[in-house]
Amino acid sequence: MLNGYGSTILEGAWLTLMLALSSVAVAILLGLLGAAFRLSPVKWLAALGETYATVIRGIPDLVLILLIFYGGQDMVNRVAPMLGYDEYIDINPFIAGVFTMGFIFGAYLSETFRGAFMAIPKGQAEAGLAYGMSGAKVFFRILVPQMIRFAIPGFTNNWLVLTKATALISVVGLQDMMFKAKSAADATREPFTFYLAVAALYLVLTSVSLLALRFLDKRYSVGTKAADL
Amino acid sequence: MIFDYNVIWENLPLYLGGVLVTLKLLLIALALGLAMAIPLGLMRVSKSQLLNFPAWLYTYVIRGTPMLVQLFLIYYGLAQFEAVREGLLWPYLSDATFCAILAFAINTSAYSAEILAGSLRATPHGEIEAAKAMGMSRAKLYRRILLPSALRRALPQYSNEVIMMLHTTSLASIVTLIDITGAARTVSSQHYLPFEAFITAGAFYLVLTFILVRLFKSAERRWLVYLAPRKA
Repeated sequence: MLNGYGSTILEGAWLTLMLALSSVAVAILLGLLGAAFRLSPVKWLAALGETYATVIRGIPDLVLILLIFYGGQDMVNRVAPMLGYDEYIDINPFIAGVFTMGFIFGAYLSETFRGAFMAIPKGQAEAGLAYGMSGAKVFFRILVPQMIRFAIPGFTNNWLVLTKATALISVVGLQDMMFKAKSAADATREPFTFYLAVAALYLVLTSVSLLALRFLDKRYSVGTKAADL
Repeated sequence: MIFDYNVIWENLPLYLGGVLVTLKLLLIALALGLAMAIPLGLMRVSKSQLLNFPAWLYTYVIRGTPMLVQLFLIYYGLAQFEAVREGLLWPYLSDATFCAILAFAINTSAYSAEILAGSLRATPHGEIEAAKAMGMSRAKLYRRILLPSALRRALPQYSNEVIMMLHTTSLASIVTLIDITGAARTVSSQHYLPFEAFITAGAFYLVLTFILVRLFKSAERRWLVYLAPRKA
């Protein structure tokens, strides 16, 4: 299939999927942290969360990727000798990719999560406390399940954008499916064929994600009634 | 000192040239994209499957695949076919600026069409009934009632799309154009100062983003005042 390049592209697709899933895990953690900062009554924490979200969302993904990959590597190697470490440090591109994408999309998710927490009526947490639940119990039993419900539409959007943005990591040399397609295209002089194949694979990935997240949305929305227009 | 900003200062003209390229790509792509999005958006709200389905497929495929893949398909991919290489359009299709603008315009047209379709669907049904009761024809209904109000109400979402497009234009640097990101890549590789080079590019984008946000805020004040919450 595809002049024998089919299997390498599928390997690349696997790497793309792993990259997307690992990055979204990092992004969820950073997003929750960012949302917690922004909702915190401590002023400087809120300002810090606000700055993270605004600055990262105001700069293109590609620039951030180049900055963190090349600039980060450069910085590490400028700072390391001052700490008495003289060997050149090479950062693993997969790990760097995961943290870069996680860092970028954490900012977008912090916005989604913040909105979702704010959408929960205040009285519910108060009612939980009035029933004698501990703060942690209120958080995990009352706030989190509803937050997930409110966050799913925004999360779906961010996940789709993240999945597609993983293609950019190929620019800095991670051998994802985009990178493999480029090598295959250069070798066979059939760029259209290979980029079309990659486009189809991305379309499968986004379509499956849409179906899965729609299912999840249904599950978490059990018990709510949609406005019937 | 671990930072070296003298090089950036010397290369400021390169960055400023990059800003112009970025703005040119953005404005032309947005204009073309919006021109395509209006018919596509109208097709997306049509009850006729013959009109609706092709537009749905178009927006679904474009929105489901990465911009980078679309750009590569147009810029590198089309050259695979001899008919294209010998066709009339080849002088354009072998030009990076043309291909980048084409790819960006196609991409933004799909997103804008969905935004417009959503906005059209949210038109209060009373307005449409009133227009029909006044005896307006379908064409007049669209021209006088549906489109003006839907385009206005699409403004907040469209501002997000414009900012996404500003960020997307950075991909032009991958196909050799010297936009802001391209300038940063040039500086980075000539002087080996990636950190300073890309931070500077980031700052330029941040400023442009803030300017766009401001512009859209005032556009909303101008055209959407009637939807703003009443001041206490």
